[in-house]
Amino acid sequence: MASTRRVLAIASTGGHWVQLRRLRPAWDGCPVMYATTDAGHREEVMRDAAARGQPVPRFRTVREANRWQKWRLIRQFLGVLWLLVTFRPHVIVTTGAAPGFFAVFAGHYLGMRTVWIDSVANGEELSLSGKRAGRFATLWLTQWESLSTPDGPRFAGTVL
Amino acid sequence: MIFVTVGTQDPFDRLVRPVDAWCARHPDVPVVGQVIDPGPEGHRPRHFEWTSYMAPAVYRDTFARAKLIVGHAGMGSIITAMDLQKPIIVMPRRAALREQRNDHQYATAMRLGDRPGVYVALDEADLTARLDEALKTGFAMGGGAITPFAEDRLIAALRAEIHR
Repeated sequence: MASTRRVLAIASTGGHWVQLRRLRPAWDGCPVMYATTDAGHREEVMRDAAARGQPVPRFRTVREANRWQKWRLIRQFLGVLWLLVTFRPHVIVTTGAAPGFFAVFAGHYLGMRTVWIDSVANGEELSLSGKRAGRFATLWLTQWESLSTPDGPRFAGTVL
Repeated sequence: MIFVTVGTQDPFDRLVRPVDAWCARHPDVPVVGQVIDPGPEGHRPRHFEWTSYMAPAVYRDTFARAKLIVGHAGMGSIITAMDLQKPIIVMPRRAALREQRNDHQYATAMRLGDRPGVYVALDEADLTARLDEALKTGFAMGGGAITPFAEDRLIAALRAEIHR
């Protein structure tokens, strides 16, 4: 099922990335760009796409940054913005954290559809970036039904 | 081989210290650690081989070769353990001990601790006891298998948004 809908699937490395990858049948057949903070994920992305008969994905990295590293966060934001401007995705899908938030935030102003799936780790309250992402995401999801509200986030299942 | 992993962000002394002490008593059990460098004040493991960073391919390979995983209660560690059908002992980082901003790892451990192959250790003594038990049973502790992908309904919701 070939599609022309360009999808940017973005998450920082670690648990966010592991969760993002479990969603990949959602964009089967679409031209997809993966973006993360560790270049070492390229191999698994390429190998899996070939094994599953998917179009060859694009793979990009953005700078790693935690929330205390202001300068690195700015560099990361500019890196994400560059990906949006050059790839022009129709849809952005992210499981967090900072690079995903930046993509949803900037994507909102660029008129893109944006999906925030808050990490399954956040069962008591949404993550900080998840709370902030709500007003920019066209689809705002939690993986815990107890955290869903009529005004969002919605619950539509989990990555497990 | 036992694989110890504390995630990509912060050191986790409260997990590393008892594992190191356990290794000192069991020099015949191979243990490999992906342990964030704790700096001069923290505890640097002396009784098992460790590195701060593992490239994803190395991490996955080490994970696949392990008989048992000992990790913080991060989703990356837990999902990968279930995916590769490895038993995992998780110790949640606690907010009160300034190991984390909030207690989401504790919540995760409480919620996923009943899954097959997932064991929760809340403190050092608990972790040591779990390791002793694991050794006694020859690491035959099960391992939760999960499907390779997210729930169908979540994938369907995303697909609808993508093709809207």
